[in-house]
Amino acid sequence: MFNYEKRLQFPVNIKENNAKLAQVIISQFGGPDGELAASMRYLSQRFATPYKEVAGLLTDIGTEELSHLEMVGSIIYQLTCDLPMSEIEKNGFDKYYVDHTLGLWPQAAGGVPFNANQFQSKGDIITDLFEDMAAEQKARTTYDNILRLVKDYPDVCAPIKFLRAREIVHFQRFGEALRITQDHLDDRNYYAFNPGFDTSNNSPACGCK
Amino acid sequence: MANNDMQCMLNDIGIVDFTLVDLMLYLDTHPTCKEAMEYYNHYAKVKNKMMKEFSMLYFPLTKEYAESTTEWRWGNAPLPWERSC
Repeated sequence: MFNYEKRLQFPVNIKENNAKLAQVIISQFGGPDGELAASMRYLSQRFATPYKEVAGLLTDIGTEELSHLEMVGSIIYQLTCDLPMSEIEKNGFDKYYVDHTLGLWPQAAGGVPFNANQFQSKGDIITDLFEDMAAEQKARTTYDNILRLVKDYPDVCAPIKFLRAREIVHFQRFGEALRITQDHLDDRNYYAFNPGFDTSNNSPACGCK
Repeated sequence: MANNDMQCMLNDIGIVDFTLVDLMLYLDTHPTCKEAMEYYNHYAKVKNKMMKEFSMLYFPLTKEYAESTTEWRWGNAPLPWERSC
């Protein structure tokens, strides 16, 4: 089960509205490499994970991603909560506004809605961990791109830098989880079968003995 | 002023909890690291104490600290995504 703490993982305190920044940062809310996709990816994958230390890590990182989703949501909310009509019209926010007013809705910067096809849960822990490591790097690149766009706004920069740093830590931990997974296997069966599915006599790579 | 003290303490809780989150992930993949466990045990105690103290002084941060008599303190707590002034 999950418990809620009524505070953000890292403070978000943005004094001025800015519709332009909100429209790019929303990609980390509901975009292809965003926090919602990250959380759903790990929290889905963990069930069929054969090793409990790896399932535990997926749970803990998936949970931290929910805190990040809340931070990104707070950034967008504070950038738009007192947006006047003139700014909505001037900064291209009108297309979002017409469907959602100032409500938060998970979409990419380009308007593409959140979609579970943006992540995989393959039921093969080696495949899943490679996907997870790639996902952390893709999110890091997205934060790098955001940082170039928000460099003149220190209130926005600080929480984005924190989120970027967490992608790097998560990448490192998933790398260690991959090592732990490989330690459970040996040089004869590594890649030869899916440890979460196959038994010794239905391995696809060696239908022959 | 009171609000400032509250923000300060909330930030401190955030720092201590972040230490715990990062140590937890580290221990997930290094489950026999004694040094990390000692750090974890220490900061877990510190956080519990701070959570209790903060909830008594200001508002409950989790439902465990939300015991109320005249008004529902959990519902009255500020929302974390609001700008703090």
